[in-house]
Amino acid sequence: MAASAAVRSAVSLTQRVVRVSPDCSICPLYRLNACTGPTDGFTAPNRRLRTSIGVCQSEDSSSPEEDKRQHLAPREKVNVVFIDRSGQRIPVEARVGDNALHLAHKHGIELEGACEASLACSTCHVYVSSEHYEKLPEPEEREDDMLDMAPMLQENSRLSCQIVLTPELDGMELTLPKVTRNFYVDGHVPKPH
Amino acid sequence: IWGSHICRVRGLSSSSGPRVCIVGGGPAGFYTAQQLLKARQDAAVDIYERLPVPFGLVRFGVAPDHPEVKNVINTFTQTAQHERCSFHGNVNVGKDVTIDELRQAYHAVVLSYGAEGNRSMGIPGEDLPGVFSAKDFVGWYNGLPSNKELHPDLSFETAVILGQGNVALDVARILLAPVEMLKETDITQNALEALAGSKVRRVLIVGRRGPLQIACTIKELREMVNLPNTRADMLPADFEGIAEALKDLPRPRKRLTELMMKAVKEGGDDKAEKCWGLRFFRSPVEVLAGADEKRAAGIRLALNKLEGSGESVRAEVTGQLEDVDCGLIISSIGYKSIPIDPAVPFDPRRAIVPNEMGRVQDTAGLYCSGWVKRGPTGVIATTMNDSFDTARVLIQDMEAGKLDLSVNKPGAQAITALLQTRGVRMVLFSQWEKINAEEEKRGKSLGKAREKLLDVDEMLCRAK
Repeated sequence: MAASAAVRSAVSLTQRVVRVSPDCSICPLYRLNACTGPTDGFTAPNRRLRTSIGVCQSEDSSSPEEDKRQHLAPREKVNVVFIDRSGQRIPVEARVGDNALHLAHKHGIELEGACEASLACSTCHVYVSSEHYEKLPEPEEREDDMLDMAPMLQENSRLSCQIVLTPELDGMELTLPKVTRNFYVDGHVPKPH
Repeated sequence: IWGSHICRVRGLSSSSGPRVCIVGGGPAGFYTAQQLLKARQDAAVDIYERLPVPFGLVRFGVAPDHPEVKNVINTFTQTAQHERCSFHGNVNVGKDVTIDELRQAYHAVVLSYGAEGNRSMGIPGEDLPGVFSAKDFVGWYNGLPSNKELHPDLSFETAVILGQGNVALDVARILLAPVEMLKETDITQNALEALAGSKVRRVLIVGRRGPLQIACTIKELREMVNLPNTRADMLPADFEGIAEALKDLPRPRKRLTELMMKAVKEGGDDKAEKCWGLRFFRSPVEVLAGADEKRAAGIRLALNKLEGSGESVRAEVTGQLEDVDCGLIISSIGYKSIPIDPAVPFDPRRAIVPNEMGRVQDTAGLYCSGWVKRGPTGVIATTMNDSFDTARVLIQDMEAGKLDLSVNKPGAQAITALLQTRGVRMVLFSQWEKINAEEEKRGKSLGKAREKLLDVDEMLCRAK
């Protein structure tokens, strides 16, 4: 017993590896009162993101870093709609300064974000509603390089880890590309909304 | 201590749930596991890996100066630590335990063991000292135990790399990068010291076809263009007609080609000590030995012309030959999967396990994901999507009753017992974490991200 406790305390992983505590409020089991207890923290991806602007907390929509950037003013609400791979619309309420990938993870949207927002993959690829696409700042060269590798690239493609919400993005729709061949388990083809 | 580990692992006794076994602890294995665990709250997933350490090519293939690409390890760690998942390292499937034994113990088995072999050039002189596969060269600087005695001789001015994919560009970049760029990474100390003393100053990256068929991606090409103290040495003749073709190209190909054209035009700093160049329309036909006949001193290339168009452009010989003096030849023409067990169908021509959407042909309950399913191409994200596909197909089969879940399967309990009787020392994930801690500790004292253990016995010792 003592030995295993000593082993546990001796284990030190890199600071990038963070033990995740499940965010119950976003879990459908919790909302439906069907949760059998904290044995299974795996119903939604929920990770601390290391972005180029610092580590974002996943439980909270605001973090000390983000508040500092906004000069401590209360942050305006921005409404964003995610459209998942089955065509389902998921409206979320966010705030100016939020990162779109972080937002997706907070709401259980299936955007992988494999490289943790470091512009080394294209797994957070989304299509941006055209009128809002124009309002985003130009992608930096490194983002364009990664986008080039994304399957089903379109004119309105962006990497969601690089989208930071501003007031004029209110109403933006982010659609997840259908990247896999056999996406629909039962062969169902969704009808357009 | 073994008994308490087994009890902890199977403490949940959810013997009514499906038990799935995954062979291979790299990206394919972990992403398949992740998706299975998420889709079925009653599924238990066990990952078996031949080495004591997990993560496959993320650890042994991704270049040391691309640490962000390795961030996926955090996701894989989460998966391994999930209470319905168990990692079992140092288990050689096919030798320590057979596929049939796994199929008896589990409701489903997923083959995710990747591609550990390499395609050979098939030319005379290929076995001369001085010729390496890119797989082995990359394994050497990334600390793969079976490549630790490679000792490549870096005392020659010119290196020639055959193949123009991202692996080829990684090798070129590691050969020419200033040591400052590498010394804080997780490159092995042996490789770092060898590269610090390297005399290699010129690297040619050779492809069979033309600039429009180059297989690398723009990120890697840009890194070559931006490499400090190097200049680009291209042949304008190789780029005839390319400028005119630009406007019709899809965006990724267009941006990549524009970058190459820019490198042709601008070349770079003439004072630069080192240079790299792309060479097109050339296929290797012979490795030439030096006067002493003892090692490689050059390579004979056949010049090609292109026939066909679009996706099916092929290289055809012209009969012309060209000899290039060089002391280091690296063949980067593709990895290759090998058969794991006689009980598993294998297609030797395509070097994959024959399958339909991840379901292994004619073998119920056997699936595959990753390179062993599709062939050895694509980045981690490609394997991720592919593994998610296989997991969905497996779940579909469970829900359609194609897998008989009413039968109780013993899972890891049976396999662990079997391995114990065979004297196999399994390494659990918590034990990998000890190896991990040791590597980071050693790295810290050298000012590096980590110093990898190079020896399986040493890993097992640390895992105790």
